[in-house]
Formats: sequence, structure tokens, C-alpha cells
Amino acid sequence: MMTSAVLALSIEAMVGPLASTAVDLARIQFATTSIYHFLFVPLTLGLGPLVAVMQTLWHRTGDERWLRLTRFFGTLFLINFAIGVATGLVQEFEFGMNWSVYSKFVGNVFGAPLAIEGLAAFFLESTFLGLWVFGWNRLSPRVHLATLWIAVLGTWMSAYVILVANSWMQHPVGYKIVNGEAHLTSVWALLSNEFALRAYLHTILAGLIFGSIVMLGVCCWHFLRGHEVDLFRKAAKLALIVAVPVTLLQLVVGNRFGEAVTSAQSMKIAASEAQWNTCQPCGFSMFQIGGFTKDDPTPSFSITIPRVLSYMATGSFNGQVQGLNELQTQERRKYGPGNYMPDVRVIYLSMRVMAYMGVLMFLVAAVGAWLYWKRKLDTARWFLWTAIVAIAFPYIAATAGWILTEMGRQPWIVQGLLLTSKANSPNVSTTWLGISLGVFIALYVVLGVVDFVLMRRYARPDRPSPREELPQPAVTY
Amino acid sequence: MDLQIFWFCLIAVLWGGYLVLEGFDFGVGMLLPFVPRDESERGAMFESIGPVWDGNEVWLVTAGGATFAAFPAWYGTMFSGFYLALLLILFFLIVRVVSFEWREKSENPRWRRVWLWANAGGSTGIALIWGIGLSNLLHGVPLDSGGDYAGTFWDLFSGYTILGGIAFVLVFAFHGASFLTLRTTGDLCTRAEAAARRLAIPAVAVGAGYLIWTVAVAVDRNDKDVFPPVLPAAIAIAAFVAAAFLAFAGRSGLAFALSAVGTLSLVATLFTALYPRVMVSSPDFANSLTVSGTASAHYTLAVMSVVAAIFVPVILLYQSWTYYVFRARITGSEVEAPLEVVAQRTGGTSAG
Repeated sequence: MMTSAVLALSIEAMVGPLASTAVDLARIQFATTSIYHFLFVPLTLGLGPLVAVMQTLWHRTGDERWLRLTRFFGTLFLINFAIGVATGLVQEFEFGMNWSVYSKFVGNVFGAPLAIEGLAAFFLESTFLGLWVFGWNRLSPRVHLATLWIAVLGTWMSAYVILVANSWMQHPVGYKIVNGEAHLTSVWALLSNEFALRAYLHTILAGLIFGSIVMLGVCCWHFLRGHEVDLFRKAAKLALIVAVPVTLLQLVVGNRFGEAVTSAQSMKIAASEAQWNTCQPCGFSMFQIGGFTKDDPTPSFSITIPRVLSYMATGSFNGQVQGLNELQTQERRKYGPGNYMPDVRVIYLSMRVMAYMGVLMFLVAAVGAWLYWKRKLDTARWFLWTAIVAIAFPYIAATAGWILTEMGRQPWIVQGLLLTSKANSPNVSTTWLGISLGVFIALYVVLGVVDFVLMRRYARPDRPSPREELPQPAVTY
Repeated sequence: MDLQIFWFCLIAVLWGGYLVLEGFDFGVGMLLPFVPRDESERGAMFESIGPVWDGNEVWLVTAGGATFAAFPAWYGTMFSGFYLALLLILFFLIVRVVSFEWREKSENPRWRRVWLWANAGGSTGIALIWGIGLSNLLHGVPLDSGGDYAGTFWDLFSGYTILGGIAFVLVFAFHGASFLTLRTTGDLCTRAEAAARRLAIPAVAVGAGYLIWTVAVAVDRNDKDVFPPVLPAAIAIAAFVAAAFLAFAGRSGLAFALSAVGTLSLVATLFTALYPRVMVSSPDFANSLTVSGTASAHYTLAVMSVVAAIFVPVILLYQSWTYYVFRARITGSEVEAPLEVVAQRTGGTSAG
């Protein structure tokens, strides 16, 4: 008992200055664990179908190079998948552990997609991935190929239901409030929430971008070392066939997603543009310095394209976009005194990081495709280096995207229905939160380092090609 | 049937599925440091559960999701109340998940030892904490009038709950040893049989003691009569005793089947003892959480029932198929070499 008291005191001393309240700590923890989780999920979503396509090509053509590529990228896929599963468990437990008031409030509605995710998707992906990994010589080639496609279907279904759950927090539909709890009134409204459908398309495209950009970068690494160039050229071609259209499409879809956000969460859009006052037509701020606080609403420097914001937010070049100040007045009238604006600086910047990364990735893919067409892809060293660096881009974009989505909804945990500050577990002390935050950070750092080392080792060019992999050489790391 | 009761039963079934299935892969994990003699045997033990452990774990994920959807207030109170215990479970679960994937990524003996012990430690730790945690639902924890946990981490430990943890560990170790005798050959199989025999008596003794105490706790602290909880408890004890006899008789297949029946009946005992409550409050019994008090509204339960009616049979079908696919015993020297297999199958030429 003595030691626990001392431990509690020292933890409070450590985290005290950082976060004074349990809500802050719970938020930091949820942000850390969910951003981390989503570093692994989209690569699974995107690399899965790419590996399945490669195995299908092997199955169809009998070209053994496709089999070797399947094995090669399949290994990367599995290393990544394992951490996605492990960190996903944390997410499911965390709702109840840290946000019990929220859980009790939303369980009727939000719990349903979570349970469906388990029943319909998780069983499918885990069982069939097990069959794929261990079934190479126990299943017929056709059935074995099918197991991978079914596992991929599982991952895509899981993404849909979890986005249904998240979208309900952004744009609640199909519910009524009974005795201070949200009760589901229409499961169809929940499943066909327009916000969810758009978020799903956006996320699936993000996954395919992850898969193709990472695959392209790995291929370019091999070209740079002149390793198995013929083999990896096939993979690079596949990656480019996917990357060019999906990065382009994502720019369009991302833009149109803004429209759904405008109607559901005007405050989020206004904050993402640091638009303090209502405007019509509105210019899009490409970049600005200053102008992020109520007391300093005018940027000291900015580059603005006329009318583009109107188009992005409303679909019309002459559309009206409401400003933060006006929205604040409206919300205060509706919900009572309080601050209903998110952190404008964070939202503005995360929106730009995401969008610019999206554009950069499209350029990388387009230039890569042009070089491939000119048969110079494997020799243009400047591009090879660019493509390797570009492996980081989807990770940065996805993280910025979730910061925008979740922090842009603040102060609400469920838009217009429940405030984040009132949703945490009342009985979970800052000590418990401090302990769990410390455990997760320590654990995730170790996982991240080991995962990076393993991914790098299995992706590296000087590794024996998959054919010579067995028996494995002693580790020289 | 009343949908609230249906979902209470379904959650019991999900826990039953989880503990029967993951129970044996926990058991195999616990035995990793003791049963195998060399690297190929260690590999064989990992491979015996390799294709199935992840699917087994989803039973837990689904039990969690189903509790969230069907009994939000139970989910919120239990998960926030058992905070540090669940944190430990998450820690062990994560370490265990990556141990499967990462161990084989290097031949370095030290690296392999680390992940072997991580798996063994995780398996033991998770079994222990679930035993303690589930026992607490029945034994009672301090809840306030708002239905929130009002105790400390240490309130989770009592003689009964600790015995529950130990019972889970021993029963799963025995269950895992029986499973291993079904899936291996040669020396490894012989040693797994010996392990099953060595574990049989402690597992049955502690398991039976725990079951009897569970019935007593249900009467004492949850206002139950001896009947009906005594019925599944008796079945569980009979199944465990029979499993032990069969292990000594060398009938490992039947022993495994009966330890599975025993584990299922153990879960049935716990949930029967718990009903109509989902979390007993102690000392203020009036603050206990009940099935009807924590359940979601009828519409949500109805929607979820349709989903479960469609998917649960399908899941059972394809998970059974997985066990059928991987029914062959693992020889210990088997190496996964798909390219060679493919070459043999296609006669060295291109596949069709």
C-alpha cells in the first residue's frame, strides 16, 4: 500500500504540469492510442488487396515471379497486421475504461456497429488470414487464394462499420434521446449516414494510397541498389496502376467530403479555414501566418485563392461560409454559455498538411508513371530517392486527417449531444490514467521500433530474395 | 424469448467460446517453457496454435462489443471499474499477439527466448486476471448509487477471486496439454501427455474447489438458491474428473473434449450464478447492476439479434472448417516452404 501511494504521488507529480484534469489525460491517451492504431490499419487495408492481386496474377498466369512478390509483400503485410490487431484491442477496451459516461450514453447506438464489427468482420479476417498464412500446402491453390480475398473483405467491412460508429459522433442520425441516453430508432439511417459513406470512401482510398505508395517506395529502394530489378519492376507497375488513379480520386473525394462536413459541422470547416467572419464568396487560404486566435483574427501574411473555399465548402463558387464568431453566437444561443470553437491553429494546419501531402503523393505517382512509361523508372535516381521519402507521406496525411476530424469536433464528443468534458469515467483517477498512459507510451514505442526494424529488414534490397529464404541465414543485425 | 435474457445468454456463450478456444492456446503458451526440448519442438508448439489463436481471440473482442451494445451500463461500469486489471490484460494481450508474429522473424536464440517467455507470461497473466475479474462480477465490488465503481485496485483481490484466477490458469494449462497431445507426434506428444497427467489432479482439485465456492458465493452474496447454479457446477466437476481419468488412461482426444465441456460448464455456472444481476455490489447490495437495468432498448437488441442470428452460425461453420483443415498432427520437423510445395504440385512447371 505504501509503495502504491508513493507511486501515485510521483506519477501525479510527473503528469500534473502536463495535464491538470482527468479529461485531458483521457484525451491524450485516446489520441495517442488511436493515432498509433491508425498508422497500421490503412496499410493493412491497402496492402491486403494488392497482395491478393499479385497472388491472383500468379494463379492466373503461372508466372512464378508473382508468387515471389506475393510472399515478399505478404510478409510486410503480416508484420503490419499483427500490430493493427494488437492496438485495435486497446481501442475497444478504452471506450469503457476511460469514457464510461460516453459509453453509457451512446451504447445503444454506437455499440451496435462495434458488435457487428466483431461478428461480421473480425472473425472473418482473423480466421481466414490464419488459413492463408498456414494453408499454403494444406489447401488447393484456388481455395488458398480465396482465403486471402476473404480476409481482405473482412478488413474492408471492418473499416466500414467502425466509420459508421465514428460518423455517428460527427453527425448523429437515426436516434432519439430517452432518459438522457441516445436510443437507436433506425439502423438503416445509421448504416447509410451520408457522412459515413463519404468517410468510408475517403478512408478506403487512403488505404489504397498507403498500400501503393509504400509498395512503390520499397520497389524504388530495390532499384536504387540494383537488386532484382526485373522482379520489382512488375510490382512497381502494379503500384503505379493503383497509385495514379487513387491519389487523383482522393483529391476529388477529399474535397467533396468537405461539403458533408460543412452541413454537419460548420464549426469544423470554419476552423479549418481560420474563417472568423462569415464570407461570400470566400477565398481559400493556401498559407497564412497569424490569424489563429479571436484576438488576432487577421493574418499578418497570407496567400489566398479567391472563391475556392466557397466551392469546396458548398459546391458553388459563390457559396456562403459561416464564420467562427457567428457560429459561436448561434451555438451559445442553442446550447448555453461556453466555448464551442475547436483549436483553430491546430485545425487549420492539420487540414493543410493533409491536403498538401495528398497533392504531393499524386505528383509522385504521376511522375513515377511517366518515368515508367519512358522506361526510366529504375534508373532515375532522383526519383528513386523521392519515392523512398514519400513512404512517410501517407502516414503524415492520415495522422493530420484524424487530428482534423477529431479535434475539429471539440468541444463535443458527440456533435451537439454530449461534451467531451462530461464524458469521461468519473471514477478513474488521474493516477490510474497516468499509469495507463505511461504503459501505453512505453509499450507503443517498443512496438514501433521493433516493427520498423522488422519492416525495414524484410523490405531491404540486400536481403536474399524470397526464393533463397529457406533455410534462413543467421541474423546479422 | 425476452431479448434481454437472450443477450445475457449470448454474452455467456461468447465468453464460453472465448475461454474454451483461447483457453487451450493459453495453455499451450503456458507450457512453452517446460514441454519442448529443442527449437523444432518449440516451433511445433507455436504452429499447433498458429493458425487459430487469432480467430479464438475474436470471441473476446466480440464479447466486449456485444456487452457495449446490449448492456452499455454494464460495459461502462465494468471496464472503468476494473481499469488497472484490464490495463494489465491489454498489456499481456499485445505482447502475446506480437510474440506469434515476431518470434520467427529471427534465428537469434536470445530473441526467440524473449518472445517465448512473452507468450508464456502473457498466456498465464491473461488467464489469471480473467479468472479474478469474472469472479469479481459475482463476488461483488463496491458500487455507488450511480452504478459506478467506488473501490480501489486492491478491492479486486479476495480469497475467492484469487482462487478463481488460479483455477483458470490450471484448467487452461491442462486443457492446452490435452490439445497438444492431439496435435503433435513423437517425443513432444509423449511429453505433452506427461504434462497433462501431471496437471490433471491440481486442475481438477482447484477447479472443483472454485466451482463449489462459486455456488456458495452465489447463495451468500447474490441472493441465489443452490439450484440452479449447482447444476452446471456439477456437470463441470464431473467433466473435469472424467477428463483427468481419460488423461491417465491415455485417451487424450476424449480428455480434451471433456475439459472443453468442463470449461463451458464453468462459464455457465458463473453466469447462472450471476443472473439476474450482471455485477454484484458489495457491501451495498442494492446498488448491484441488473440485466434489465443495464440493457439497451428493445430496438437495438432486436437489430443485434438479427445480426447475431445470421453471423454466429456462419462463424461456427468456418471456424470449424479451419480446425478441420489443420487437423493433421505437426511432426516438429515440418518447414513451411510454399515454393517447394508448389514446385512439387505443378511438376516444376507453371501452375494452371
